[in-house]
Amino acid sequence: MNELIEKRKGKFISYKKLRDQARKEQRLDTEEQVRKEAPEELFVECPGCKENFSRSQIRKNLYICPGCGHHYAMPPEKRIKSIVDEGTFKVFNFDFPELDPLHFEGYREKKEAIYEKNHYREAVLTGVGEVDGRKVVIAVMNSKFLMGSMGIEVGETITRSIEIADRYHLPLLIFTASGGARMQEGILSLMQMAKTSAAMERFQQKGGLYIACLTHPTTGGVSASFAGLGDITLAEPNALIGFAGPRVIEQTIGQKLPEGFQRAEYLEAHGFVDQVVPRGEWRRTISKILKLHDA
Amino acid sequence: MDNLDITISEKLLDGQPLSPMDKVLLARHIERPKISDYVDALFTDFFEQKGDLHGKEDGSVFGGIAMFHGIPVTIIGHRKGNNLEENLAYNFGMPGPEGYRKALRLMQQAEKFGRPIITFIDTPGAYPGIEAEQFGQSQAIATNLAKMSGLKVPVIAVVTGEGNSGGALAIGVANRVYMLENSVYSILSPEGFSSILWGDSGKKEQACEVMRLTADDLMEFGVIDGIIKEPKGGAHRKPCQVFAALDEVLYRDIKHLKGKTGNELARSRYQKFRKIDEKYMEGADE
Repeated sequence: MNELIEKRKGKFISYKKLRDQARKEQRLDTEEQVRKEAPEELFVECPGCKENFSRSQIRKNLYICPGCGHHYAMPPEKRIKSIVDEGTFKVFNFDFPELDPLHFEGYREKKEAIYEKNHYREAVLTGVGEVDGRKVVIAVMNSKFLMGSMGIEVGETITRSIEIADRYHLPLLIFTASGGARMQEGILSLMQMAKTSAAMERFQQKGGLYIACLTHPTTGGVSASFAGLGDITLAEPNALIGFAGPRVIEQTIGQKLPEGFQRAEYLEAHGFVDQVVPRGEWRRTISKILKLHDA
Repeated sequence: MDNLDITISEKLLDGQPLSPMDKVLLARHIERPKISDYVDALFTDFFEQKGDLHGKEDGSVFGGIAMFHGIPVTIIGHRKGNNLEENLAYNFGMPGPEGYRKALRLMQQAEKFGRPIITFIDTPGAYPGIEAEQFGQSQAIATNLAKMSGLKVPVIAVVTGEGNSGGALAIGVANRVYMLENSVYSILSPEGFSSILWGDSGKKEQACEVMRLTADDLMEFGVIDGIIKEPKGGAHRKPCQVFAALDEVLYRDIKHLKGKTGNELARSRYQKFRKIDEKYMEGADE
């Protein structure tokens, strides 16, 4: 670990040197040059505008490209921080045994490797926090954990969060980001669709408010269960939202899909999303909706 | 496909055990009894109901009202068709959102009139097409899952052929779920499964081995309530035997479930799915 930090530090210093040098020489094209010569990992090329921006610049900008507004995936803990009042969030710690009902080859190792790398235990993070003083239950899915797929643990965590919102009469926010049901847990993953939808129905029938916050990507078994059941449905710009993946559809119908198909704006235009909301507006928008539902 | 078909036939006649892949092929067999066969054999006075009341009719979902031992029931099922023309007309049993909306309309009507609901599951999955997405495939399936869980009438689901993905489950949230002995029920088609996990839809045989999609597997997982025996050689060899076995199970269940109140039925169905994976949670501290 220390070695890694040292290595990074080294790279950073060499980048700084280059930049200072460039500033001294005051040449217009040097910034460009520096970007090219600087260690790769400090800069990323935006898939939207193809411009290079430093990672820290993007991070400070809510993981949005400063050039074109492209929304990068946002780590769940950062997402929560961007929504709730400072210091109010408390994580729900549900304890689960190792789940591998199919004894699927390589599955446990894959999960362990992700945990080793970035300490995510599963594809969802849930808890309770306050938005402008209003208490809400929040669940945030993580597309960086096995594509945010839903197996038993994700389904059960979402269901328990719904039940907590129900028990304490709190509004519920779920930020979805998922490729769908988790293949490695087979039919039991499919059953999570029924379980979460049934729990959501109970909650909503009793008057509970559920704001579905659809982020990139929300497809398959997640879009066709709790993600598709919001009382209010918001979506992030350009997020891919749909049941079947674009590749599967192209293969089935044998033709290219139209530009913008299954994107958040497309869903808004076709009547399945209340509003497409840029990331910078989420907190304000959610706060307003909560206020409008004050009992 | 044809070659494999012959191998299965030989295995079946010899009474040899079938591999999961054999069962997938058998579940998709063109001669396997389809929804129209079940409707003809098990019910009388069938009245077909079409349309989603939102401007569309989807032939891949077949439904209506009929008599079952003197009890009016609502029947809903995937329809693949019995020959190529029908397959094409009914989109090989792959519904769009309009199909699921039709199913929900019939279910809610059954609830209004206190009719038990019997569903027949046999689909490669929900249709992956442009229009299906545009008209809300996800929302239609999600709504069915949510609303079915709260229905105040008995719901019984039978997987007769292949039950793949949310497209199958969208008419499968039932008080009792059964599978025919050689039917399969899974998260996705084996082709889709191998494509997602290994980037190659051709590894379906390998997928079948690891997916655990047979009736015995699902019984072990606790996802289904029972298995309907098939005659030697598969359901299409002696369909009457399957119809008779199914009739007995359905009649027993409907008689039993009709004695319960609407709230009891909704509650027990809810609990069934709430606790469907309960045994895998054992060992965790609350």
